[in-house]
Amino acid sequence: MRFGFNFWLGAGLTVLVILAGILAPWIAPFDPVLDADLMSSELPPDATFWFGTDAQGRDVYTRILYGAQISLTVGIVSQVINSMIGITLGMTAGYWGGWWDDLVNGLTNVMLAIPSLIFALAVMAVLGPGLPSLLIALGLTNWSWTCRIARSSTLSLKSQGYVQAAQTLGYGDLRIMFTQILPNMMGPILVMATLGMGSAVLSEAALSFLGLGIQPPFPSWGSMLTDARQLIQLAPWVAIFPGLAIFLSVLGFNLLGDGLRDSLDPHMRTRKP
Amino acid sequence: MTAPLLDIRDLRLGVAINRSTHHPLLKGVSFQIMPGEAYGLVGESGSGKSVTSLAVMGLLKKPLAIAGGEILFKGQNLLALPKREMRRLRGNRIAMIFQEPMTALNPLSTVGRQIAEMFVLHQSKSWGEAEKLAVEALGNVRVPNPDRRAKNYPHQMSGGLRQRVMIAMALACDPDLLIADEPTTALDVTVQAEVLRLIKELCAARGTAVLFISHDLGVIASVCQRVGVMYSGCLVEENETRLLFADPKHDYTRGLLGALPRLGSRSEHGRQRLVDIDSIIADRSKLTETRFIAPRGPEGSQP
Amino acid sequence: MTAPLLQVDDLHVRFPISGGGLLGTGKRVLHAVNGISFELAKGECLSIVGESGCGKSTTALSILGLQTPSEGMIRYRGQPLTGPGAPGRMERAKAVQMVFQDPYASLNPRQSVRTSLAAPLRLHGVTAASEIEGRIEAMLKNVGLTPEQAARYPHEFSGGQRQRIGIARALILEPEIVLLDEPVSALDVSIRAQIINLLLDLQEKLGLSYLMISHDLSVVEHMSDRVLVMYFGEVVEEGGWRNIFEAPAHPYTRRLIAAIPDPAAALDPTGKQDRFADLPQFTGRRFVSDGSTSPDVFTAPALSELVEIGENHRVRLASA
Repeated sequence: MRFGFNFWLGAGLTVLVILAGILAPWIAPFDPVLDADLMSSELPPDATFWFGTDAQGRDVYTRILYGAQISLTVGIVSQVINSMIGITLGMTAGYWGGWWDDLVNGLTNVMLAIPSLIFALAVMAVLGPGLPSLLIALGLTNWSWTCRIARSSTLSLKSQGYVQAAQTLGYGDLRIMFTQILPNMMGPILVMATLGMGSAVLSEAALSFLGLGIQPPFPSWGSMLTDARQLIQLAPWVAIFPGLAIFLSVLGFNLLGDGLRDSLDPHMRTRKP
Repeated sequence: MTAPLLDIRDLRLGVAINRSTHHPLLKGVSFQIMPGEAYGLVGESGSGKSVTSLAVMGLLKKPLAIAGGEILFKGQNLLALPKREMRRLRGNRIAMIFQEPMTALNPLSTVGRQIAEMFVLHQSKSWGEAEKLAVEALGNVRVPNPDRRAKNYPHQMSGGLRQRVMIAMALACDPDLLIADEPTTALDVTVQAEVLRLIKELCAARGTAVLFISHDLGVIASVCQRVGVMYSGCLVEENETRLLFADPKHDYTRGLLGALPRLGSRSEHGRQRLVDIDSIIADRSKLTETRFIAPRGPEGSQP
Repeated sequence: MTAPLLQVDDLHVRFPISGGGLLGTGKRVLHAVNGISFELAKGECLSIVGESGCGKSTTALSILGLQTPSEGMIRYRGQPLTGPGAPGRMERAKAVQMVFQDPYASLNPRQSVRTSLAAPLRLHGVTAASEIEGRIEAMLKNVGLTPEQAARYPHEFSGGQRQRIGIARALILEPEIVLLDEPVSALDVSIRAQIINLLLDLQEKLGLSYLMISHDLSVVEHMSDRVLVMYFGEVVEEGGWRNIFEAPAHPYTRRLIAAIPDPAAALDPTGKQDRFADLPQFTGRRFVSDGSTSPDVFTAPALSELVEIGENHRVRLASA
């Protein structure tokens, strides 16, 4: 496969975020929660505190590294849930058609009509704040585009000769969906999931910013922005660095998605010599 | 001897892979089309017959690029022509019809208006006058009820009718050359026969020269006076249609003709096998080394 | 007398079309197939010819079980293939298989040749790895490929090679009937001959019965024992290939054959374009349609019947 510059830039940023999250316990100079020291609060960036300190005197750099864990978990888990729901509904609707298709279509349209953040807010309001409910809320609210793509891909793949051949060879419906249809539409689905990871990270930041997501004192980029709200003029670094982290990781996911879309073409795949 | 209408000299073009490498698609193709002559280019997929027509139309898109040669149309090198001049020629002096008329027609506009546009664009007619001419043009391609049909949108027509509309558009400005690239491949056989007859008769009546591109030897034979056989970017054989079919000189042409199941060729005894082209040709890579280009007879000696 | 291998008896397929009228009042019924009957004998090649929309593909899909007939019966060795007593996909798969028209769309681009040949075998209870490998190897040799090519993916093959893989997949379960849906029309001329030869060889070697769907009459003449000419859902003429190609009675059959762009006819120095000009016009009862105008597909066709006009030759005439 040949990848373009966008893909590599996106992959680089994504890997950076992943490494930051995984290696946080070892490379972070301080503890994200316990190393609070009001004596050294709101210090600008220097040699000890690379990104400065926040109102409680905690190292912003350390908290951003740990915050990457949250962002990644939210991005990946919510997209896995979204893709599973979207693929299952979309593929069965496209393949079977009939009343099931009408039902799924109606559901998708309703989901698209409700702004997903509002819907997530409602779910969070019911489930209460916290990481698990955040994952469920974001996982349940963003599957409609995946579902639409899965449905339309299934409709076009269904008429391909190899799907008809599988039917004549005696394959069952589910086997056809999982061996013939799903592998051939993974490209666009993967792209959607990668792009969705970016928006999930943003939604997490927004929900945490509203106080519904990750609860203090544990760091997430969104909740760090919430805390920084009052300090924006006094200590701008407390807001700038989490904001930059969100910006770069979302950019990374999106570039990765775009790059994947450009190069995920079965014709580019060649057997290893 | 009259000057050729279209004179392609040593045309070379290819796909630019990167700045230094270049994958050749046409490796020096030369042929002439006389005014009013129907010339056929036959070949299999990848032989370069379609890019030849795109080059003549000036429609090559990146990464395709001309690497050398000349395309002389009435003595004027089309490759050296400014874009604006080329646009003026296209649709006016050189027209083209494609395999799939649905993709070549605008789905949002009636066919009458699309034909009328040709008159407005190239002959500066008023819309009112142009629409009258469009109905007339539809009648000329034997579309039944032309004034009613002119108000149809492309999707309201059958494939055969759409191809007639394309022909009406192409011939609207009485071009000197009509390029037809597999114009009947997507059509049913009986419709194909009608469209082929139409192209043949209209062009003969108006003296329009035709560059007819097809993979189907039977189609080529029923339309063209002279045929060029293309293989792997080269014109390997060229002759009067009748002579080419009666006495093919090149191994590849012989293989192609032998491989063709022909009506009435089956005998009573069992089902014989067709000629496998690979049994005639020992080495495909050497095929383009020999070429048989029959000279044109003296003027007026139509075979 | 034993039951024929495949028997299609008075097959009808109708599609409801919503006509767009308010409250669904515009519902119409499209008559795609109107009472097709034929039998396919062991080792025979029967071709159904006709132009797009004549119902030949719908007939094929009905036999494959991918389209439910509105009326009529399809039997395989006397056992029903349709209706309440119909077998499941698994049993049907061992009776009928299909070779598809477009070799580019008929192979899953994400499966290697080995996977697409091994999966049906496993599905049908062949579990021993050695047996699977052996059968794949033998099948690839049968269709003119090498066992080493099994590891490759479809995009690494040319159109002709892909069609060979498609044939291998159709034959891997050892069906008795193979449906050929325009098997060579998407291929280059030189490749066409090779695939036609291969199909003829395989038929003789494996004792296959072919039901071929095609609009290419020169290929049909070359391969078939019997020919069925379909026009708007009905068989208008049927008979042995000689009868159909040398003495066609129905005007539509004549038009169809005359329409083939044939180099020999086009270059005939006598300028004789109509090969059937010398053939006497069929006299006696009239034809329902001469095939020059399209009948209304939304109404049931006029009463007519297939009448025997010679040995192994029947033509559709208006009911007396």
